[in-house]
Amino acid sequence: MTTKKQPRVDVKKTYKLFINGAFARSESGRVFEVSAKNGDFIANPALASRKDLRDAVTAARAAQSGWSKATAYNRGQILYRIAEMLEGRTEQFESEIALTSQITAAKAKAQVTDAIDRWVWYAGWSDKLQAVSGATNPVSGPFFNFSISEPQGVIAIASDVSFIDFIDAIAAAVVSGNTTVILVPGSLAVPAMTFAEVLATSDLPAGVINILTGSLDELAPWAASHMDIDGFDISGINKKKHGELKVAGAENLKRIHAFGNGQSPSRILAFMESKTVWHSVGV
Amino acid sequence: MTFEYAPAPESRAIVSIKPKYGHFINGSFVAGKKHFPTINPATEEILSLISLGGVSDVDKAVAAAQKAYTKTWSKLSGKERGKYLYRIARILQERAREFSVLETLDNGKPIRETRDIDIPLVAAHFFYHAGWADKLDYAGLGHSPKAYGVAGQIIPWNFPLLMLAWKVAPALATGNTVVLKPAETTSLTALLFAEVCQQAELPDGVVNIVTGDGSTGAAIVNHQGIHKIAFTGSTEVGKKIARAIAATDKKATLELGGKGANIVFDDAPVDEAVEGIVNGIFFNQGHVCCAGSRLILQESIADEVIEKLKVRMSKIRVGDPLDKNTDLGAINSKEQLVKIKELSAIGDGEGAQRWSPQCNLPDKGFWFAPTIFTGVTQANRIAQEEIFGPVLSVLTFRTPQEAIDKANNTPFGLSAGIWSEKGSRIFWASQHLKAGVIWANTFNKFDPASPFGGYKESGWGREGGKHGLAAYLKNGKETGAK
Amino acid sequence: MSFYGLINGTEKSLLQFLNQLSGVDQVGAESRAAMLATRSIKTTSKKWAIDTAISMVDLTTLEGADTPGKVRALCSKAVRPDPTDPTVPSVGAICVYNDMVEIARTHLDAIGGKHVRVAAVSTAFPSGRASMEVKIQDTQDAINAGAAEIDMVIDRGAFLAGKYGMVFDEIVKIREICGEKAHLKVIFETGELVTYDNVRKASYLAMLAGADFIKTSTGKVAPAATTPVVLVMLEAVRDFYTLTQRKIGVKPAGGIRTTKDAIKQLVLVNETAGPDWLTPQLFRIGASALLNDLLMQRMKMSDGYYASPNYVSID
Repeated sequence: MTTKKQPRVDVKKTYKLFINGAFARSESGRVFEVSAKNGDFIANPALASRKDLRDAVTAARAAQSGWSKATAYNRGQILYRIAEMLEGRTEQFESEIALTSQITAAKAKAQVTDAIDRWVWYAGWSDKLQAVSGATNPVSGPFFNFSISEPQGVIAIASDVSFIDFIDAIAAAVVSGNTTVILVPGSLAVPAMTFAEVLATSDLPAGVINILTGSLDELAPWAASHMDIDGFDISGINKKKHGELKVAGAENLKRIHAFGNGQSPSRILAFMESKTVWHSVGV
Repeated sequence: MTFEYAPAPESRAIVSIKPKYGHFINGSFVAGKKHFPTINPATEEILSLISLGGVSDVDKAVAAAQKAYTKTWSKLSGKERGKYLYRIARILQERAREFSVLETLDNGKPIRETRDIDIPLVAAHFFYHAGWADKLDYAGLGHSPKAYGVAGQIIPWNFPLLMLAWKVAPALATGNTVVLKPAETTSLTALLFAEVCQQAELPDGVVNIVTGDGSTGAAIVNHQGIHKIAFTGSTEVGKKIARAIAATDKKATLELGGKGANIVFDDAPVDEAVEGIVNGIFFNQGHVCCAGSRLILQESIADEVIEKLKVRMSKIRVGDPLDKNTDLGAINSKEQLVKIKELSAIGDGEGAQRWSPQCNLPDKGFWFAPTIFTGVTQANRIAQEEIFGPVLSVLTFRTPQEAIDKANNTPFGLSAGIWSEKGSRIFWASQHLKAGVIWANTFNKFDPASPFGGYKESGWGREGGKHGLAAYLKNGKETGAK
Repeated sequence: MSFYGLINGTEKSLLQFLNQLSGVDQVGAESRAAMLATRSIKTTSKKWAIDTAISMVDLTTLEGADTPGKVRALCSKAVRPDPTDPTVPSVGAICVYNDMVEIARTHLDAIGGKHVRVAAVSTAFPSGRASMEVKIQDTQDAINAGAAEIDMVIDRGAFLAGKYGMVFDEIVKIREICGEKAHLKVIFETGELVTYDNVRKASYLAMLAGADFIKTSTGKVAPAATTPVVLVMLEAVRDFYTLTQRKIGVKPAGGIRTTKDAIKQLVLVNETAGPDWLTPQLFRIGASALLNDLLMQRMKMSDGYYASPNYVSID
């Protein structure tokens, strides 16, 4: 008897959202379609709703205290662990980015290695931020006065569609101790959700990074007006729409910033708040 | 015979107030079209007429500031800019008593405070920032950070000249030029400062002062030629400004309201804590954004502290602000007095217990006795809303964590105080408090070297210290390998 | 034995009491004292303040070179500080070493100064370094010679070594010797105790042990009666009164040389312990040069022009 070898049927991934360390479907039950450059169907990522955003913010807020009070060394090691986990999945990211974005395979490859190196770069910042941003201030009087920088709290990120920008935005926000809700547009959903799997295996506490795939146009106004979000990185939003988001964000004086490409400590510090403490000096 | 303090009035003779003031634009005074009176809140006497600046006045001031920026100020080296600031600092020191008396007349705050705190700090701010002008490469903002251009600055009435200094000194040191609007009720010292700019031979147009009301401020905020807004005032107006500039490239620093928690632990140095509580809420009639307006007392010592506080409060001398023995002066305006009375009445209605020492308030002018409300809870409006007057809300706590939770349970995040003799507890508390400025075993201390500013809805950015420079500079090229 | 019902006289109960006292923040105490120093007083009050200050002076000579002549001269000055103006009050007391007590008492009585008290420094002043027997004898001698006030020094060495019970017992013992005959002032030598926390502890320790007055310094160590030290001591007597209903006096000594200094002290008293303490029964100023400055200020106030030291006697 001969058995005819049949082509194997791939087991495909069901795309979900990443909220509070768990993979969950959108409460709305909605999805959208991501196709390859050639039009082939790739995936049906979840189309997150404002209620998913609300849940993600709740998770991020709950994780805030623990993450911001973790030692800088601990946060640094977890960020480095993310780099380690990414490294092991290099090929998967390369192919997903190449498949779903408009860039060449070579550029996709470069983006992935850059992304890994970026995590290593940011990991090292965790215990150096105070040294470059803090100060002891020589006030005129018997006081010891110093300024330190603290994370602002919960930061929403409307990510640009580029994978490397997505990584920059997240890493810059979380390294200081912020927790985050990332809104991921369009086809970036595919590598973004693979990245969520990296996070799930990186010792990252649940709720520190929450990832919502879907429409920035739909979700960004809700994030801008959400009173329990402290800061909003709107780098992925068209500049024409910045005004309306900032108007909505003024309700709780959210810190709203957009950044050009690239890595910079000033991007980390933008979502930190300086605290100055005076202490009387006496015997 | 008893031991009485003298009415020891500081002489008014040192100031000469003109009957009418114009705007200070491009180095000279320019007559305004409409005027409004500015009064001494302690007597309701009209001191002078102030010009009500309109859009055209703001236009002229911005044009002068732009021209000064392009033609002179941006071309001057930091070293030379700094010398102008040093000059200003020295002239302010020379004329300190004159400024103190004028500030007290126009604002209603005690001469002891203008003389010992406001005006010395004003000079210190210019002196401090003067030294930064040629050292901006070392401010942590990259190589050759650049000024924005014209800064529009809107300041409040609680520390008129000091807020001017907080705004103008860093703006000039970093190479910006300025259009400043003083508060409606307290323009006089800003206008006297214009004379200082003239004496210092500051190039024309580098500092422009347009007086007026909220509409004048709005004209500055909305002006196309302004690149940076610096505002100190209420959170409500701060949010309006944030919306007004949302669709523009204007940068903003906002120093807004607060409801500072002054936490007293059971191991506090009690007598000094009582002083700190008094200084926290009765300094400057409580017209302080970072006032310690919520006293959060450990329940085990609450009775003792409140008793001592009442004894101490009965020693507070309320009255003529020009009297060197006065501790608590006049409320700055009738409008503010009404607001304080309204919120205090709400406190009564909420069931809190009001107490004030016996004090004879003058018949004329705007006055409010130092007041505490005990039995206040988090749910009360007087525990949540900024009263901006000499009114303290007293709450209690059982555990350190509860103290922190109560302190942070507000949309504000400007200041907080900690009183404890235990070092580790102070560091723990200061780490957990969400506030931009924390005073441990002291309160309401200010210094040009110390950054000031709030978390959350208390504002954006910092003023003072190295951190304050960032508000007036675009980051330069970053150095270092990536 | 019970001391005001606050402690039972054992070292353990004393330690418990002293350890629960709240600390003093140096910066806060100094800034409060500095703020009070800016008060200015009414012209009419100033005249009253100067006379009150004169009546509070413990006119002091504590030199190795003291002689009967020197002490007698001081007594004359004490009774009539300004011989040309009988409205000037006598000082509160003269303060001398115990071998000068009899000379002082006799001379004061002879010149119409029965109302001026004689205070003797005691317990191996100024160091306090002697056996208890010597300290007792020292005190007894002074009382026998007619001292109405005993200014004892505490054993600072014992205090700094944490032997509070020993310091306490010494004061109790000296208090016993004083009995009804003499008021007891307890000198801390605050310049050696250094911290305000120690000043507060020493204040309570002395008050519990029966002091009638607590006194800053011997005059031999600087710093002495600084305003923050006096502030802390006034807070202690104020709070002790709340606890026990007993008013303890305070005596700053050392470094108070001008009318301005003295008035600053009175302002501190007025705003801290309260106006009840503005009497020689509860507040004294240990001084020598101060008296002449007070007299010159008094002349300025009555004559309207600035006075010259040529018109006040040097002793």
